[in-house]
Amino acid sequence: MSNRTVNINVHHVTRVEGHGNIVVNATNGKIEKLQWQVPEAPRFFEAMVRGRSYEDIQTIVSRICGICSISHSLVATKAVENATGIQVSEQTDRIRLLLHYSEQLQSHVLHVGYLVAPDLFGVPSVVPLVGIAPGPVKTIIGLHRLANEWSALLAGRITHPVTLRPGGLTKIPTEAQLRELQDRLRKCLPDLKAVADVVLSVAGNLPKFERPTEYVSLKQTQPPTYAFYHGEIASTDAKSTVAVNDWKSVANEYVNDQSTAKWAKWHRDSYAVGALARFNNNAELLSPTAKAVAKMFGLAKGCCNPYFNSVAQIVEAVHVVEVSIALIDTLLTKGLKAETVAVSPKAGKASGAVEAPRGILFHEYEFDRKGNCMSADLCIPTNQNHANIQKDIEKLVPEILDEPEDQIRLKLEMLVRSYDPCVSCSTHMLDVEFVR
Amino acid sequence: MAKPKIAIFDFACCEGCQLQIVNLEEEILSLLGVADVVEWREAMSEKSDEYDIAIIEGSITRMEDEERIKRIRGCAKVLIALGACAATGGVNKLKNNFEDFEEVKKCVYGKAAGKPHLRTGVTKAVGEVVQVDYCVPGCPIDAKEFTYIVRSLLLGKTPEIPEYPVCVECKANGNPCLWQYDQVCLGPIIRAGCGARCPSSGFRCFGCRGYVDKPNVEAARDVINRYGLSVDDLKTKMVLFGSRQEPTIYE
Repeated sequence: MSNRTVNINVHHVTRVEGHGNIVVNATNGKIEKLQWQVPEAPRFFEAMVRGRSYEDIQTIVSRICGICSISHSLVATKAVENATGIQVSEQTDRIRLLLHYSEQLQSHVLHVGYLVAPDLFGVPSVVPLVGIAPGPVKTIIGLHRLANEWSALLAGRITHPVTLRPGGLTKIPTEAQLRELQDRLRKCLPDLKAVADVVLSVAGNLPKFERPTEYVSLKQTQPPTYAFYHGEIASTDAKSTVAVNDWKSVANEYVNDQSTAKWAKWHRDSYAVGALARFNNNAELLSPTAKAVAKMFGLAKGCCNPYFNSVAQIVEAVHVVEVSIALIDTLLTKGLKAETVAVSPKAGKASGAVEAPRGILFHEYEFDRKGNCMSADLCIPTNQNHANIQKDIEKLVPEILDEPEDQIRLKLEMLVRSYDPCVSCSTHMLDVEFVR
Repeated sequence: MAKPKIAIFDFACCEGCQLQIVNLEEEILSLLGVADVVEWREAMSEKSDEYDIAIIEGSITRMEDEERIKRIRGCAKVLIALGACAATGGVNKLKNNFEDFEEVKKCVYGKAAGKPHLRTGVTKAVGEVVQVDYCVPGCPIDAKEFTYIVRSLLLGKTPEIPEYPVCVECKANGNPCLWQYDQVCLGPIIRAGCGARCPSSGFRCFGCRGYVDKPNVEAARDVINRYGLSVDDLKTKMVLFGSRQEPTIYE
């Protein structure tokens, strides 16, 4: 064992969404403090939505997160509909799913291309990458733009959707627009493959670290689908799934002194959500090209290296493009119909769940008979990951304590980044503090 | 002449406005040709205390954040409030409608609400704490409007944002009026410049860009009356992005 004295204090980890700190204090090889802290200013959304109409909820809560605003809007709309007894058509359901896929691509490309890649190339941001790897950066920019334009087509704008309303959509795309989108999606598959090849060339820089972990995600059996939008709650530690309305028996949220965000645990002291969790629960349901990309990286079910979450995101980026091409075929074959939305909400309480790009997301609301919100309970993916990040840090630091301080710091920052934390969602996080 | 230095800072918000800057894609690189971005935590690892232009995203909700924004103001020659949370307080100000913040904290954090790191104060727009030189309105900001404002400043010009309501742009887009479809739309009183994007997608304007300087209250009243609604109906929609900043509308 090392006799090193190390003090690391990363105050506000960079290249993540929101504020988090990492603090490491070790004296003569004895670790005194290892903390993942979340000091983000809390915003109290669950309190703020009280009294607001069922038709305004998604507009408010999408503001929880700029990067996953589509997931927040979708899950809020689903939960509102579940609580107030509003049904939607198959067409609405399919278009919403297509919108949801666009956010997965946008967020995964942003995370892998702009936030993680600089670590793999040993530079501080994507800007110097333009000089080192201009071709791949251009490809990534093109993919990010495509994903954003895809979102804007279906959401009315890129961030904070305005086409979702309880019972349906305010606007649907034309068949010509869908055909054009489908064409662009077909053409972007080689670009995604090229990005995967570039990441593979530097994947050796992903730290080799493993910690047996419980992975939680949605699982959809009817029909069997790599689940983002439908299904029940599954865990690598459990044989059967749990109904979405019972998510509180899964998350078991608690408040921790280190954090303005809540923490979660289920079968163990912590669990992980996100791309790697979805992969570990559903890998056999990936599209053919996505399976091939996973194989290329040696990513297989049971992987418990958190740094490989970024690889799982690349795999999923390929998957959502491939299944969206097929989904557009279904929409076009059925033919798009203008639908009028007439809803009359009932009093009620219920939940909804979707997979945000960074993991499973739950919203629960209760409404009175006029459709005014009485209470809300929101459970954010990054909250569910906080305890797991802490447990990873506790195992990782003793393993790397002999390495140069810069290296320890980098590996810790990379660890936090690999979870693709969305701290303003969960409130906020990330600083690495070395105390000497 | 040395390139002006720009730093981007975030407070309580969703960081969606920074995301719109990222969404400029290649255009960011041309911006980097004329200015140096010296700190931008969401996108870069570098940090700096030397900058000419500070771009502030988010609302001010805690005493330590008031101190931080004052420090930033002290360093910056020009300070820009980026997006609704910074410019007007945005959706964060919904909290201010509840008189008892202890109750608000308990609602979210339960028994743990008393913990010191969960303290919160009245939500403020940046301009309620320090002097703001320019605002980029909207939730999120419009990326084109952002580049126009930054470009104007770099060229030494004063940027101008529209002082007419969303209805003007909505009409120009040829949209049917959403009031005819039973939607309480805030277009008549909210600042244009967004291209009436939401009503053009069939969704009412909920006021994310804030009120025009002189809202035509009579026109708003006229619309309310014509559709048989009350000021209270309008208020329930104005509260989303206009909490605690609407004195002229329904007094």
